[in-house]
Amino acid sequence: MKVLIDQDRCVGAGQCVLAAPDVFDQRDEDGIVTLLQDRPPEAEHEQVREAGRICPALAIEVTEG
Amino acid sequence: VTTLDRVVVVGAAAAGLSAAEALRRNGFTGSLTIVGNEPHLPYDRPPLSKQVLRGDWEPERITLRKPPAFETLDAQWLLGSPATGLDGRSVTLADSRALPFDGLVIATGVTPRTLPYGHALDGVHTLRTVDDALALRAGLRAARSVVVVGAGFLGTEVAATAAALDCAVTVVDPLPAPLIRQLGKQVGELVAALHTERGVTVRCGVGVEGMTEQDGHVTGVRLGTGETAPADLVLVAIGSRPTTDWLADTEIPLDDGVLCDARCQAAPGVVAAGDVARWAHPTLGPIRIEHRMNATEQGTAAAKALLGAGEPFTPVPYFWTDQYDVKLQVYGLPSENAELHVHSGDPGEGPFAALYSVDGRVTAALAWHLPRPARQLRQFVIDNVPVREALATG
Repeated sequence: MKVLIDQDRCVGAGQCVLAAPDVFDQRDEDGIVTLLQDRPPEAEHEQVREAGRICPALAIEVTEG
Repeated sequence: VTTLDRVVVVGAAAAGLSAAEALRRNGFTGSLTIVGNEPHLPYDRPPLSKQVLRGDWEPERITLRKPPAFETLDAQWLLGSPATGLDGRSVTLADSRALPFDGLVIATGVTPRTLPYGHALDGVHTLRTVDDALALRAGLRAARSVVVVGAGFLGTEVAATAAALDCAVTVVDPLPAPLIRQLGKQVGELVAALHTERGVTVRCGVGVEGMTEQDGHVTGVRLGTGETAPADLVLVAIGSRPTTDWLADTEIPLDDGVLCDARCQAAPGVVAAGDVARWAHPTLGPIRIEHRMNATEQGTAAAKALLGAGEPFTPVPYFWTDQYDVKLQVYGLPSENAELHVHSGDPGEGPFAALYSVDGRVTAALAWHLPRPARQLRQFVIDNVPVREALATG
């Protein structure tokens, strides 16, 4: 699995961090998403998919494989 | 688990799409039909009052999925064909087509409220759809004086965008402060100050009585004070009503939205999600939430309920609004009787966090331009902690 983020779209809701705190974080100054790892281990996959689904700004793209 | 063969999703925006995807993800392999009253594939609405209106983004950018994702959904899309009725287990469309179903998702959203006058004039707008946004954008580029009627989320966001486009902007609302129903009076007054600093004229506590016109084009808005605010463009943003006309006189219970149980079910085999749904939230009571996060989350919950695997839908409501360069984020629902407490920072000076309490317990939390710490406030709301305890962490 590969995770891509689009910081330009991000609205800083932080929902991804709630869903997958080991994969996503937010910048201090503006809350914009940052990636802690772009190839998360399998144990994190479902949480990462959930983060992609609930992002209210469509800022997360998850590629399987 | 219920076995369904034919599901119809009425509503092709965030909630409807979320429900359709959740149906497939949770094993529904039958026929799936998605009905939309607009001619567009699902798109995202929050940017309409901001990036799209400013001209920073073109509409292609707000499509909710890339084309392959729409295809893998394996759905029949009936776009630009509003549902007009429900006849037993069949949805009727404007073109008289009938769509039989054994599962129905109602996600028809809301329709802007209008004033009893003025809307036939050139220069008078409402904003809900991408087509509305493009018309408003074209209007704003040519406008000098703009009056926004209504100081809710939409009205204040459009006022901020119009001000950035160098229009002279006046916001009018009969309530004493902007966003007062969403954020309370104290925070509302801070929002008013933010707009005033940017040169927007904020007229709160002032009603609107009519519009003036010349040759069919609006020239001003008549205020309750007897004044006329000059305008060559008017946005009417006075809230919305659930789009449920098509369900009148059916078995579907309606009361300012589609009435649902805790699992988002309105009737056997019928669920509702998003702006249109008023569901029995186990702790917050029957509520209807017009926010972007809720559309996605409730779409998923409703789909699971339709498949017989539903649980009570108990989200922590979350919403945000961008006003100029300030981001406001709220967890929970600040109620009218809630008391506001500053948790950290200094309101009026810069970023701050605040808690809303009822009976001494935290019911909602606000972050004023503190996006990262906002997340930590959420737990106070979930745990409904005594406000004194939460404030001690500030």
